[in-house]
Amino acid sequence: MEVNDALVDKLAHLARLSFDGQEKEGIKQDLQKMITFVEKLNELDLENVEPLIHMSPEVNVLRNDEIRGSVSREEALKNAPETDGEFFLVPKVIKR
Amino acid sequence: MFVYSSISHYQSQLTQGHTTCVEAVEHYLRQIAATRHLNAYVAVYEAEALARAKELDTLRKEGKTTGRLHGVVIGVKDVISHEGHPLTAASGILQGFEAIYSATAIKKLLDEEAIIIGSLNCDEFAMGSTNEHTVYGPVLNADDESRVPGGSSGGSAVAVQAGLCMVSLGSDTGGSVRQPADFCGIVGFKPGYGRISRYGLIAYASSFDQIGIFSTNIPDTALLLEIMAGPDVADSTASRQQPDAYSKELDTPKTPYRIAYFPEALDHPSLDPEIRDAIYKRLESLKNEGHHVQPVNFDLMDYIVPSYYVLTTAEASSNLSRYDGVRYGHRTEKPVTDLVDFYKKTRSEGFGKEVKRRIMLGTFVLSAGYYDAYFTRAQKVRKLLTTKIELIFNDFDFIILPTAPTTAFRRGEKTEDPIAMYLADIYTVMANLAGIPAISLPLFRHNNGMRFGLQAMASRQNELSLLRFSHELLTNREN
Amino acid sequence: MMSHPEYEIVVGLEVHAQLLTNSKLFCGDSIAFGAAPNTNVSPVTLAHPGTLPVMNHRAIELAVRIGLACNCTIEQHNYFARKNYFYPDLPKGYQISQHTTPICGGGEVRISVSGEEKTIRLNRIHLEEDAGKSIHDANPDFTAVDLNRAGTPLVEIVSEPDIRSSDEAFAYLTVLRQWVRYLEVCDGNMEEGSLRCDANISVRKKGDTRLGTKVEVKNLNSIRNVKRAIDAEAVRLTAMLENGETIIQQTRGFDVNSGTTYAIRDKEDADDYRYFADPDLTPFVLETAEIDRIREALPALPEARILHYTQALGLTEYDAGVLTEERNFAEYFESVTQHTTYYKSAANWMLGPVKSWLNEPGRQLANFPLAPAKLAALLECVEKGQLSFSIASSRLFEKLLDQPDAEPLELARSLNLLQDSDASSLEPVIDAVLAKFPDKVEAYRKGKKGLLALFVGEVMKQSRGKADPRVTNELLLEKLKS
Repeated sequence: MEVNDALVDKLAHLARLSFDGQEKEGIKQDLQKMITFVEKLNELDLENVEPLIHMSPEVNVLRNDEIRGSVSREEALKNAPETDGEFFLVPKVIKR
Repeated sequence: MFVYSSISHYQSQLTQGHTTCVEAVEHYLRQIAATRHLNAYVAVYEAEALARAKELDTLRKEGKTTGRLHGVVIGVKDVISHEGHPLTAASGILQGFEAIYSATAIKKLLDEEAIIIGSLNCDEFAMGSTNEHTVYGPVLNADDESRVPGGSSGGSAVAVQAGLCMVSLGSDTGGSVRQPADFCGIVGFKPGYGRISRYGLIAYASSFDQIGIFSTNIPDTALLLEIMAGPDVADSTASRQQPDAYSKELDTPKTPYRIAYFPEALDHPSLDPEIRDAIYKRLESLKNEGHHVQPVNFDLMDYIVPSYYVLTTAEASSNLSRYDGVRYGHRTEKPVTDLVDFYKKTRSEGFGKEVKRRIMLGTFVLSAGYYDAYFTRAQKVRKLLTTKIELIFNDFDFIILPTAPTTAFRRGEKTEDPIAMYLADIYTVMANLAGIPAISLPLFRHNNGMRFGLQAMASRQNELSLLRFSHELLTNREN
Repeated sequence: MMSHPEYEIVVGLEVHAQLLTNSKLFCGDSIAFGAAPNTNVSPVTLAHPGTLPVMNHRAIELAVRIGLACNCTIEQHNYFARKNYFYPDLPKGYQISQHTTPICGGGEVRISVSGEEKTIRLNRIHLEEDAGKSIHDANPDFTAVDLNRAGTPLVEIVSEPDIRSSDEAFAYLTVLRQWVRYLEVCDGNMEEGSLRCDANISVRKKGDTRLGTKVEVKNLNSIRNVKRAIDAEAVRLTAMLENGETIIQQTRGFDVNSGTTYAIRDKEDADDYRYFADPDLTPFVLETAEIDRIREALPALPEARILHYTQALGLTEYDAGVLTEERNFAEYFESVTQHTTYYKSAANWMLGPVKSWLNEPGRQLANFPLAPAKLAALLECVEKGQLSFSIASSRLFEKLLDQPDAEPLELARSLNLLQDSDASSLEPVIDAVLAKFPDKVEAYRKGKKGLLALFVGEVMKQSRGKADPRVTNELLLEKLKS
């Protein structure tokens, strides 16, 4: 599997990361090495093997429909990078 | 002069009046101050720890019943949430973040009157094996400061190694407790998946992560496990089975165990010959002691690390999406053109190189068109491995293998080539892939002066027998 | 209404219904509407580092309920997956959804448009958590994010593209809304956003079996606006096709003022959501016994009740329809029919005086003072001639509401409201009235039969409404003959 710029751009966009010039070359090479490395798995015949989806053997772990665990608004906004005391504020995105 | 050997010894010293909690805390604060260059601690709660120690001393003198961890001084890896304290995962993206709730495991420790003295350095978001990928600078191995302590819980390992706390907590996703324990010559224990609640543990790979315990002896490990283990309504993946009373049942009459080892692991080209010889020798003496020791075929060695990296990076790429500068953490101060730009700048500024690599790989294996070829495939390999391990445990009590292929590397040795670093996880990732308990025991010393250990694994739910066996192995070494 | 000779409109609807649980799908925050911003939040909702989801038992039951009502196949082995994308009101950077493994598959909803019956097939119903709210117009430089709604349990009900007109869409949504209210799965309040609809609309030449490129119109906040949006799109898309323009897949919004749609974004940059099973949640298994239990506890839906009312109780389709609009109203009516066999009268009383009482703002059937048995007793008094309908439904009814434990007949007697059917007491009144209007009597006898109503009216007035109109009528006719 060859890693090209288009793939790096696509993945970076999906992950909301950006790489400039040299960094991009570096991540492209790293990604190439990593993908080649994991392609080792192609050697195995996995035709009749079920994928392991859940690590915990538990099933039906459910909670009662109770109201509990909420925090105050102060607590909720305590770590906010930008707030007016009521809302989390994010730079404007839609101009309408 | 305060000297620590074990929790039970410390508590009898307290009861007999030979020491106090304040004396203990003051001792550790001095040690921490004297070894700042090791860079084990990210934050030290000096005033708080002293105040709590004073409080506990008063309670004890008044004859009030004491918690099982009364006065025990603990350091906690910077990935475990402790209300009112900074929580940063050693990352730029969480600078300034203060936790608003405590992890279930932390609550349990505090309820038993433990004293948390500070938070410990680690690789960013627990991704790394050298504790060099951190925003706070590398942690140094106290046995040889030119070498790494291992990772990702390097700070937690050094804290116990250098006597900067009594026991410490780390996290283990692919070996991040066992490998640093091995490099630092101490005990590092990872419980089976679901044994300790993950609520409050910053998620790296949800189906692999577990809180782990660093200590100098098995009784300490067992007590800490006993207190932290158990069902939790806040974690759906925590086992709903009641845990054993690990600390009370350590000493048992000697029985012969059935011990397996993998020749493919011990004869692997990457393994240092001295380590190999030491383990083979140990297996031989176990046989001579009456245990049943046998080689078992294991042909999956080459596939476990790739499988591990596909699955953990996939889960991590999703788990780290919440770090977006909207509700907490770092937010870019550069002007942004739109929302996408806002996210990209914030995240690229906040995350370190290794984290970004893993997010990118994880995004790749989950993306449309590649999902079946990589992610599903790796899940199948995990199934193969887990089934194989379960079969082995039908006939054996423990599997013994190395913890790491080499002793602690020199700083800078592994930072350039990610694959070289990943391959060093070859022995530890197995236990995380299969969800089984595993421990690294400091039994040996290398010609190069560094200590190293061996690793023992048991089947799921069998932490107790693993700890008993470990106790025996360590006690024998002392003899 | 779409009636182009050559083209037909093809519509599929995605309805999101907020479940009537107390708490969120994966944590214990309240989901009550109208709370101050960011007060129904917890570390889990805020997606703080280290937090984990735990499933709400009740949400599963409600999803199964609506699935059974729609005749869906209930999936017994259920998972949740993560749908990964970035948006400020999506705290974790992924939504936990059953998009790929829905709890209900297939199913159908039967509608009736202009008397014609039609079945709209469902594709699936699945559970997922709601996102928070992004408010764009409160602040000029910032978007404000409120996470109260983030994590609220939703079912997404997805229809097949079987809908062929805006009227069908209207009927479908009306039925669906009624059903979720009946089942107490959702309160169906579109203004508050507890029921939302996205419409997938495409146009094609009649007879063509392929689907045209679809346009998605989002966030329609009333059934009427869904109809208007479909009508607007039908016109717009048909015009584009006639002009030879290519329709691109798009997401559009609806402007309620102009009645037209506008583009929000093109679907070309549709995200790759990288779905994978959420490792923080365990699978949940629905045993057959559990599904049966839920099925048994399902209340009868409007259809079944209307059939019963028309066939067994002899009511008209129309009356049955109005009676069954809301479940609690239907159930009250049914209780009344347990105490009387005057079914038609019971219907009239429900649709008349009771509905009028409910019309006042703030009134709910739950607070209606009269027990069904009392209402039955009251209407029987009228049917048996002891009370006139007009007095019973106005003055006595009012008084009973204040004294709901009183016996209607006793109360009427004590208030002197009993109907007078006694000829001997009525005759003097009649005589007096006829004596009062000698010229009108003369005119009646000469042929103006319409004046009878006047005399009856006068007698009613003089008797303060108590005269039995039937007996009065008979006596008047007799007396006027001579």
